[in-house]
Amino acid sequence: MPKMSGAQALLESLERQKVDTIFGILGGAILPVYDALYDNKKIRHILARHEQCAAHEAEGYARASGRAGVCMATSGPGATNLVTGIANAYMDSSPIIALTGQIPTCGINSSYMIGRDAFQEADILGITTAITKYNYQPQSVTEIPQMVTNAFHIATTGRPGPVLIDLPKNIQSNITDVEFTDKPNIRSYRLPQPPDPAKISQAAELLTKAERPILLVGGGVILADAADQAVKMSDLLMAPVTTTFMGKGAFPENHPLSLGCIGMHGNPAANRLIGEADVLLAIGTRLSDRATTNLDTFAKDAKKIQIDVDAAEINKNIEVDLAIIADAKASLNMLLTATSEKLRKGENKAWTNKVKEIKEQLSPLLKENPRDLVPKALLSELRKLLPPSGIVTTEVGQNQMWSALYMQTLQPRTFISSGGLGTMGFGFPAAIGAKVACPDRIVIDIAGDGSFIMSEQELACSVMEDIPVIVLVLNNSVLGMVAQWQRTLYGRRYNAINLGKTPNFVKLAEAYGAQGTRVSSIDEFRKAIKTAMDSKVTTVIDVPIGSETDVVPFVPPGCGLPQQKGDY
Amino acid sequence: METGKTKIISVLVENKPGVLHSISNLIRRRNFNIESITVGATQQKDIARMTITVNADEKTLDQVVKQVAKQIDVLKVEELESGNFVMREIALIKVEITDSKIRSDVINFVKVFRSRIIDISNDSLTVEITGGPDKIDAFINLMKTFGVLELARTGITALARGAKAIKIDE
Repeated sequence: MPKMSGAQALLESLERQKVDTIFGILGGAILPVYDALYDNKKIRHILARHEQCAAHEAEGYARASGRAGVCMATSGPGATNLVTGIANAYMDSSPIIALTGQIPTCGINSSYMIGRDAFQEADILGITTAITKYNYQPQSVTEIPQMVTNAFHIATTGRPGPVLIDLPKNIQSNITDVEFTDKPNIRSYRLPQPPDPAKISQAAELLTKAERPILLVGGGVILADAADQAVKMSDLLMAPVTTTFMGKGAFPENHPLSLGCIGMHGNPAANRLIGEADVLLAIGTRLSDRATTNLDTFAKDAKKIQIDVDAAEINKNIEVDLAIIADAKASLNMLLTATSEKLRKGENKAWTNKVKEIKEQLSPLLKENPRDLVPKALLSELRKLLPPSGIVTTEVGQNQMWSALYMQTLQPRTFISSGGLGTMGFGFPAAIGAKVACPDRIVIDIAGDGSFIMSEQELACSVMEDIPVIVLVLNNSVLGMVAQWQRTLYGRRYNAINLGKTPNFVKLAEAYGAQGTRVSSIDEFRKAIKTAMDSKVTTVIDVPIGSETDVVPFVPPGCGLPQQKGDY
Repeated sequence: METGKTKIISVLVENKPGVLHSISNLIRRRNFNIESITVGATQQKDIARMTITVNADEKTLDQVVKQVAKQIDVLKVEELESGNFVMREIALIKVEITDSKIRSDVINFVKVFRSRIIDISNDSLTVEITGGPDKIDAFINLMKTFGVLELARTGITALARGAKAIKIDE
């Protein structure tokens, strides 16, 4: 058994998990790990400029690659700054590993130190209990290898999620004999069971008899790598497919049977047709409030089948008629076989014709060539310029909903956004993380002026570390989504939404050594995007848009999906 | 023994720090209406048993069980089948004694309820009573007519009847 420090044991364990990158910021209580990193040749450390962004970068990395992302911070404020990023990963079921320094367990008089409010001490285990899938604190060096193996196993299997390891400083620096293991050992943790054949058969029965079947595909399909199966299922049943916001990318949005996203700001055709379906197959979705809006009227005429790897998601928000608790890919594979055996050939013309008709009638997409600098025009142009494999991240608010509506996503893991927690400032660091995971692909953050300045300091990170991404600022000089709510629901009593013409985003970008450009026409926009895609340095494109543009459709609070408002 | 919608969930957990926190935290967060939680040792040193008593409808109970089962340190969760379990609670009740008539009345009630006096002073009697929550409620109500100075209840602990055991698959 080799003799080494806790910090060395940690890095060796991370290497065995094939970790190539850590996003982090150092501080006193994590110095032994940074000292060990000094000699490490395999792991790249990327210096974030705020710990929250380090966590978002790790999540962007995870969601673009499908591998766990790793972030690291010191104790106290470093650890608490990670909290929003960890909560974001928890809500969106992203596998990240958060490493935090902690004050030493033992003081000079060898009494237990933690819990005595030492400098930069925070109870990060207590704080993150509700927002991690699990958290750990080793009490000795020898525990570290098994703990890291277990942490990655928990983070990446079943329903993925964040795991935190809190490392007391003396455990990082103590030296002892360490034995490594790649075998997870958690007797109380069970992997998902295979789908129940009886349930699969019942589901196939319902689906083959359906006259108006519809698929609702969530983020779980992306996590389970089951996008191909979703397409096959749709083709087999001739069923239209809508996705949740988190499911964007799980089904190609240029497919003739794609309806785009459902939800409060969903695609009008999707919101309409889900109310007309007679069988709903929901896969890998927790049927959140933003997707379903009014729970009582959601898909009210449909028999509901739900496939989810997390048993707690069954009947949590929506009561279903049939539940399959298993991995989405395994379930869909079995369901495809079972359904094709039962299905009588012959196209379901009435339903597919209706789908086609409603889709044409209610399409939110631009029908003529764009002229004005409006989000719809900008984003449909962007779709034409960006390769299908290009990765889009978004901030939160109007920019995010416009992206969902107008920026068609064609491949899984190419649309990365903060769906559950709705964290402004997520998109830019997530773009940096995605670019690190996929250096050969174009990565663009579709931002608003309000969101981008919440993590604008990461320009320093992207410039210093040579991680070129594009930031498209849809600049309306207001906090647009809340302004829209004040406009439509609070009688235009605008309060605290005005951002003015500051900062100057071109100068801001230049101050960090990035490129900045402002556009005033669609032609300039096209040119700016093309230049940015070829650039070796991060580019911020500032596009002034009107400050009173609404996201439409809009399903007002309390209403059901078909009661969508707005001229779309 | 069961009253109304009160349900008892028996949970086997890893006996280590943080487990009670994570369970009580999820219960608080989801606003489940908990009547009591008790935690204690089992025949296996590294496993503890939590007995959670909830007042819930079927849908809420289903969520409690699923959310608890989801916790990494939880080995097994089971709702104890209605009428097919034994349960006990202990209460310690300190009763104010102002004259010898009251003293003898309290002692009589203690006998009737098959409880025990475990501490005596000039002005008080402390009674230990064991049983189901209904029996304890009834006894406490009687004691309130004399004056209860202090009261401590342990909450319910319970096991399934017969040889049936909640097993851990190793």
